[in-house]
Amino acid sequence: MTLEKKLTYKDGFKLGIPICLGYFSVSLAFGLMAMQGGLPLWAPLLTSLTNFTGTGQFAGISLFISGASIAEITFTVLMINIRYFLLSMSVSQKLPKEIGLGKRLLMAFGMTDENFAVIYAQSRQLTFPFCIGVMTSSYMGWFGGTLVGAVLQNIIPAMLTAALGIMIYAMFVAIVTPSAKESKAVLGVVVIAVAISCLFRYTPYLNKLSKGWVYVIAGLVSAVVMALILPYKDEEDKPNSDENVQDSSEESKQDMLQSEQSITPNELDNACEELMTNLEKGDKLC
Amino acid sequence: MLKLMIAILCMAAVSYIPRMLPLVIFRGKIKNNFVKSVVNYMPYGILSAMIFPEVLYSTGHMISAVVGFGVAIILSWRKLGLLPVAVCSTAGVFLVELILKFC
Repeated sequence: MTLEKKLTYKDGFKLGIPICLGYFSVSLAFGLMAMQGGLPLWAPLLTSLTNFTGTGQFAGISLFISGASIAEITFTVLMINIRYFLLSMSVSQKLPKEIGLGKRLLMAFGMTDENFAVIYAQSRQLTFPFCIGVMTSSYMGWFGGTLVGAVLQNIIPAMLTAALGIMIYAMFVAIVTPSAKESKAVLGVVVIAVAISCLFRYTPYLNKLSKGWVYVIAGLVSAVVMALILPYKDEEDKPNSDENVQDSSEESKQDMLQSEQSITPNELDNACEELMTNLEKGDKLC
Repeated sequence: MLKLMIAILCMAAVSYIPRMLPLVIFRGKIKNNFVKSVVNYMPYGILSAMIFPEVLYSTGHMISAVVGFGVAIILSWRKLGLLPVAVCSTAGVFLVELILKFC
């Protein structure tokens, strides 16, 4: 290890402040939405305290307001949250082994998309206090926003609430668009899912099906279709001719350095693996 | 009320479990490429279905929703972060709502 200072709780807390502010405005909209749907004050507060997930909470609570069953709500939220499985998997491989079960159980709670991004982007060895620091500041923003939104719902002018209604969708757009721009497969998924969503919304009889199942059907069908047409590419599957082993290993190093800012977990994993295979091959050549 | 409580706790469970399992138990990677593809693509499909056409009805008027939606797409296409995209889109909707009110 190097002599670099260890990542502390304070480091994490500071890095979490921008997330805290972003979460505040989004969860404000969540608090408002829940109260306008006629729920009691404790409901959005309890949801934000126990769930700590943007997309899932909005979907779950709006489904509840529209009268969906508990099974439907649970399944929809689970489907939306499946991605966390992959995020946690990537983080798990970067965590030092000394971090025990109890600490892992605690960290898992705060592994939201944004917290994940900040934690995963660290080049230094991750520490437990650092991760908890990031999560604490964003959690405060998440709960604070919900509280303010829920309590002040009558004071906030109607025009502002109308405008805030779009915020969660804008956030989704901000998550989907960059990936759709990069990957044709994701673009295909988006087009198919939107087509299915519109079909179920505007076709007589089909529009009787509640939103939760529409999301599930759209998500599954679009993903399965695109997985068959354009499977997710793994860098490790790419053939490497022995002649340019050294070059490609240099390239992948550079790729890793260049894309460190906006890297996705899978890209990083793939780049690492490619690098390792290339290095091994290089050793054999020598 | 009881149903609401149970729903929230079920949501909490299905939010926590997918985050917790890989950290605690499963440290290997998915080997099957088809499963990997489906799991990778599915969130985008679900989110897209949630965005459209629902976004059109998310504000006071459909015109302001279209403007806000357009702003969000353009800004996120230019790779602006979550916060600027959300704030500018909301500001766009607010402006249009303001104009509509005084016209």
